[in-house]
Amino acid sequence: MSNTLKNSLLTLDARTKKRNAAETRFRVYGIAAIGAGLAMLILLLVTIFGNGLGAFQQTFVTLNVPLLEEKLDKNSTRNLEKIKKVSTFGYAPLLKQAMEDTLAENGIETDLKSKKQAALLSKSAAAQLRNYVLANPDMIGATVEFTFLANARVDGYLKDRVTRESIADDKNINATQLDLVDALLAAEVIEQRFNLSFITGADASDQRPEAAGMGVSMLGSFFMMLVVLALALPIGVAASIYLEEFAPKNWITDIIEVNISNLAAVPSIVFGILGLAVFINSMHLPQSAPLVGGLVLTLMTLPTIIISTRASLKSVPPSIRDAALGVGASKMQSVFHHVLPLAAPGILTGTIIGLAQALGETAPLLLIGMIGFIASNAPDSVASGFLDPNSAMPAQIYEWAKRADPAFYERAWGGIIILLVFLITMNTIAVILRRRFERRW
Amino acid sequence: MKDRLMDTIKISAKDVQVYYADNHAIKDVNVEIEDKTVTAFIGPSGCGKSTFLRCLNRMNETIDICRVEGDILIDGEDIYDRRVDPVQLRAKVGMVFQKPNPFPKSIYDNVAYGPRIHGLARAKSDLDEIVEKSLRKAAIWDEVKDRLDAPGTGLSGGQQQRLCIARAVATAPEVLLMDEPCSALDPIATAQVEELIDELRQNFAVVIVTHSMQQAARVSQKTAFFHLGNLVEYGDTNQIFTKPSDPRTESYITGRIG
Repeated sequence: MSNTLKNSLLTLDARTKKRNAAETRFRVYGIAAIGAGLAMLILLLVTIFGNGLGAFQQTFVTLNVPLLEEKLDKNSTRNLEKIKKVSTFGYAPLLKQAMEDTLAENGIETDLKSKKQAALLSKSAAAQLRNYVLANPDMIGATVEFTFLANARVDGYLKDRVTRESIADDKNINATQLDLVDALLAAEVIEQRFNLSFITGADASDQRPEAAGMGVSMLGSFFMMLVVLALALPIGVAASIYLEEFAPKNWITDIIEVNISNLAAVPSIVFGILGLAVFINSMHLPQSAPLVGGLVLTLMTLPTIIISTRASLKSVPPSIRDAALGVGASKMQSVFHHVLPLAAPGILTGTIIGLAQALGETAPLLLIGMIGFIASNAPDSVASGFLDPNSAMPAQIYEWAKRADPAFYERAWGGIIILLVFLITMNTIAVILRRRFERRW
Repeated sequence: MKDRLMDTIKISAKDVQVYYADNHAIKDVNVEIEDKTVTAFIGPSGCGKSTFLRCLNRMNETIDICRVEGDILIDGEDIYDRRVDPVQLRAKVGMVFQKPNPFPKSIYDNVAYGPRIHGLARAKSDLDEIVEKSLRKAAIWDEVKDRLDAPGTGLSGGQQQRLCIARAVATAPEVLLMDEPCSALDPIATAQVEELIDELRQNFAVVIVTHSMQQAARVSQKTAFFHLGNLVEYGDTNQIFTKPSDPRTESYITGRIG
């Protein structure tokens, strides 16, 4: 009978039970930890997208504007220099006129004065009108259909950020104006749609949050990343190859090694103040320039690239080096023909991760002034080169989050979505490249 | 008579000492290795036979802490002379390693790599010829001739090792060093490689390190027995295995030590 055996395998002894219980407990801890992490991630994403998606939608007002000749070109000379003398202030009556015409057309009645009616439009509307007239002086005298941005308060009203209760103390908008918005909405003069200029456009002043976009700071980040890639990759890889393959192992290289590891842990703001002292104060490079930002981020990214490159060089089996040396390859040939290609996927991954880190870095940029306020679009704007003042994506987000108008708050979240899309894209590219390269061997 | 003897001596080592940092790994080794002969180095683990082998093409220099003293002459030239470039030396003294280590490239590129970097072939057709000849010499041509573009790492262990031999042979060396070339192979692959070693003797001086005394007896004409960094005995393989003059050799080959 098996159950009378002293050491039956069919019954668990106390010790085994205890061990099994411990293992089960450990698994539960692990699953709980992963669950907590996932929950945080989901919370983060829901918050970001919940707050930020609104920035990609904007409220627009479509108006037929009569480009009155007596306001814009009194003498009918069509002389561009003369037309330019009319400032945006001179275009305001046209907007008021257009608003009144539209209300009459749609049979909407309101007690508001025409100035208050026109206040539903963004403060950028007059400039938009003027730019159009300067580009098309022939159209003076005609009536042209324009789509203007609505004021941020109107936009907020449509997005439920601004309510009739919340505007009690707001001097920028009143309840009668909101009634007008409702009427215009019913008449389809006002509508919400996708706002491409949030992605491609420039920043805007405190008074015009509805016009602010990420485009120019994206350019700034792009130029910085070019600088980082062009400097950090060759310097980092060359340094790693030398340290890993050629350098003698002695106390000097030990010190270098320790310090590279230490550099990777230095807070980024230290690199920022270093850049301020060295690149701007000593070398007199311009402030706010992507070149300087790129140099600072290069310093910051170098340790990351060196460490990951050395790790991937180390992971190449020594037998490959022996094989190459054994057939009479020189040290350099063995490194460049055999070791480096084998290490390339790792180097690539490290570089892209380093770049992604640099792309999201804000603190050092604040210190070197990479928070330029650029309100005109590329390529006309000053933000078109390595030495022109610019901003960067994370710095732009920081700037918006700082501003008083809650409309900017939404734009900061929207900017974070754009930044995240970039980072996820870069990491995906890193993974794909690594997979593809590894398959070849 | 003496001149003729000198002709057949390919490598001659005089008072060779090797140190790994403070560890004296090779002590006073004197040996003369003959051309067109298979010379086997035998001895227990850690006796220094691999270390000494790696001195012969200066592969020891890849280890920072390793230091070599004494003279090693190949064709009467000191290979540790300051004017000697190890790259040139290694083209003349090929090496096959313990673990098959083909490059993660095609079979063709594995063999063609040496000739390419040494500029041995001008035209593609020359290179094709060298590759075929080397693969034939390594007795692997028939198995791989239809898939020269396949990766060398996809071959079986024995095939990989023969590919490595083909790669070593392709640079037209005069000496071939083999560091336990069969230790990672099964008996059938081992037999193939041993047969190959015997054929290679026609063209090269072959020096082979082996743990297997049977293998040494089968493939070599000369045998050197190393023990604790000393070259204990060196002579004809027959004589070493039948009438060893040193008691330590006798203990080793009869299995009492090692």
